[in-house]
Amino acid sequence: GNWSRAAAQQAMTEDDLLSFDATGNVTLVHITDIHAQLKPIYFREPSINLGVGEAQGLPPHVTGDDFLKLYNIDPGTPHAYALTSVDFVALAKAYGKMGGLDRVATVIKRIRSERGEDSVLLLDGGDTWQGSYTAQQTLGGDMVEVMNALRPDAMTGHWEFTYGADRVTELVESLPFPFLGSNIYDAEWNEPAFEPYKIYDKGGVRVAVVGQAFPYTPIANPRWMFPNWSFGIREEDIAANVAAAREDGADVVVLLSHNGFDVDRKLASRVDGIDVILTGHTHDALPEPVIIDGTLVVASGSNGKFLSRVDLDVRDGEVKGYEYRLIPIFSDVITPDAEMNALIEKVRAPFADELAREIGRTDSLLYRRGNFNGTFDDLICDALLAERDADIALSPGFRWGTSLLPGQAITVEDLHNATAMTYPAAYRSMMSGALIKDILEDVADNLFNSDPYYQQGGDMVRVGGMGYTIDVNAAIGSRISSMTLMKTGELVDPGKEYAVAGWASVNEGTEGPAIWDVVEGYLRKNPVVQLGENQSVQVIV
Amino acid sequence: MAKVKPRVKVPKSAAAGDVITIKTLISHPMESGQRKDKEGNPIPRKIINSFTCEFNGQTVFSCDIEPAISANPYLEFTAKVDEAGTFKFTWVDDDGSVYSDEQEIALK
Amino acid sequence: VVTAFGLRAGPAFASAEDAMAKITDFAGGTEPQMGTISLTAPEIAENGNTVPVSVSVDSPMTEEDHVASVAIYADGNPNPEVITFNFTPMSGEASATTRMRLAKTQNVIAVAKTSTGAVFMDKKEVKVTIGGCGG
Ligand SMILES: [Mn+2]
Ligand SMILES: [Mn+2]
Repeated sequence: GNWSRAAAQQAMTEDDLLSFDATGNVTLVHITDIHAQLKPIYFREPSINLGVGEAQGLPPHVTGDDFLKLYNIDPGTPHAYALTSVDFVALAKAYGKMGGLDRVATVIKRIRSERGEDSVLLLDGGDTWQGSYTAQQTLGGDMVEVMNALRPDAMTGHWEFTYGADRVTELVESLPFPFLGSNIYDAEWNEPAFEPYKIYDKGGVRVAVVGQAFPYTPIANPRWMFPNWSFGIREEDIAANVAAAREDGADVVVLLSHNGFDVDRKLASRVDGIDVILTGHTHDALPEPVIIDGTLVVASGSNGKFLSRVDLDVRDGEVKGYEYRLIPIFSDVITPDAEMNALIEKVRAPFADELAREIGRTDSLLYRRGNFNGTFDDLICDALLAERDADIALSPGFRWGTSLLPGQAITVEDLHNATAMTYPAAYRSMMSGALIKDILEDVADNLFNSDPYYQQGGDMVRVGGMGYTIDVNAAIGSRISSMTLMKTGELVDPGKEYAVAGWASVNEGTEGPAIWDVVEGYLRKNPVVQLGENQSVQVIV
Repeated sequence: MAKVKPRVKVPKSAAAGDVITIKTLISHPMESGQRKDKEGNPIPRKIINSFTCEFNGQTVFSCDIEPAISANPYLEFTAKVDEAGTFKFTWVDDDGSVYSDEQEIALK
Repeated sequence: VVTAFGLRAGPAFASAEDAMAKITDFAGGTEPQMGTISLTAPEIAENGNTVPVSVSVDSPMTEEDHVASVAIYADGNPNPEVITFNFTPMSGEASATTRMRLAKTQNVIAVAKTSTGAVFMDKKEVKVTIGGCGG
């Protein structure tokens, strides 16, 4: 109740959250995967996040109680709430929402004043411009305006590209800082399409920041929206740019990466000369850097929930020491920055009525993260099955999307936090059982291939109306078995056609109503969401 | 069929002994011979099957091309420049057509 | 799953054995050695119709000792041959880039033959995927 919430918050102060054992001469501040969340949100971390191959059992593939044990965090504490799914609903009620870029602004201002403007680099890892109703309406314009006020030194990207090449070019050209992408090439003449790196003079040392956009943007997202750009990991280009930056006199090299954690873990072991990798895309929040062959790999979470601060002691062209803190943005504890708060209210004002419009209520916790299921996608799949009269529903395994507590109203804003994107058509098409299996196998391999360079991040496609068994360590083609239609209990017949409804197809010309209209239509008929535990996927580890 | 049009990128100048990068593109469907039309009849193969780059009359680089090369074939390669002169590029089509382009390079 | 690639309607795909037979022909009986040549291709193709592939061979590129040719093969297309690059000392370096079609996930193999009779090989698996998810 209110008493426990007040008590919990009194135990925490802004000073506790932001105090720091300052060291060295340069400070990196990293924020990533904000997904256009301007305001404080609830965001439940995953309860299942399996690693395969060499990453098996290593962070970030540790969840729940195991995570608390690994990092020596007491259950029920603010950090337990921020970093895990354990006791999420009770702790959310006690500790409140997290994030809000006005709170983030307060933290950044404080770090800048403490360290001096000229010693701080603010780096945005991308997935910043997409993921909300207002970002959708303004084609990322609201986020650019608000982020510019935070004065980042550089950014890279992924979902940004889904606004299409023309809009991306327009916004990138408007930025007062570089959009870095060492791995983005013009697809016709094979020439760099974005600035690969930039060197900054900070705290008396030269800091190179190499940008790495999401390598599989044209595969995970519609390539037809930016046909002239080619991506890829391009490890040899990163190595060449790191070497070029060193040649240019860089004392420290930072990779601002949207590769995803396991790709960066492998990259750190193979490319020399990178001091710090600020990783993004897989939305992991880790309270300590993972150190791979002397490279610090920093994972700063998502949705504005966290900000990373890395102090580096750089002398004689070398990093001699560091201090790190993953700062949780407890929105009830950190004072909002007044100017930023006003700016956020200004960009949201034209949409205020629609954002607040209630379209249902949930009695169940709604969340998305997890390798196989999430209740928000259960709701979306139920809506697709009912509204599009389908046997089977597919919802992509996105990692963005905020959470709602039991008892909360579902607003247009909440629904868009889980669905806002530029290719929202909810298709309905006939697919053979064999094709459905091929799709599941393909997605599973993108997630569980034992070589991280073949992984695309994200989670397994969510399935409604059908259950299956998955052996994550098997080879492509043999992970998925026992595909079963839930309503009849029959096995899915490879030769039979099924009506499949889904959304977010990467194919050009996909037809159907927008997914948010499908869900809203379903909520009109079923205004109170109550979801049981989803047991449709059996996992063999 | 759209007009077959070659495009070439060669630096305007180089120092003697430099190894320069040359990029070429030619618009061409590269019909593989593996496809069928709407009636199910095989579409005959019609590709660019070879490419040659000469400098002042001497062959620098050439290639033999198969149907697995993409439409609008792209070729990037290098040349060592010891003197000023003219690069000549030649593409040969299955139908016997020959397409060509020329580019001058000066010494720095 | 393969979408509408130009090569798909072919009656059958080549096998690893077909590709190996072509490589043996090209190598003229010499056993290819790994190393010296490097093949660069994306881990996952963005578009199976146009996959960039590059080869680069360490070589002095002199009259006496240069890379004469590099052939590229794919072991899962209807035909394994892709392209043969022919170099001369005037090439300066033995490196080239082109774009190729991949009907499905398969190995791309590059084999270099030098003027001195040495043969080198490199191989990379390129995945062709449906895509469509993300973080
Ligand atoms: Mn991402
Ligand atoms: Mn993201």
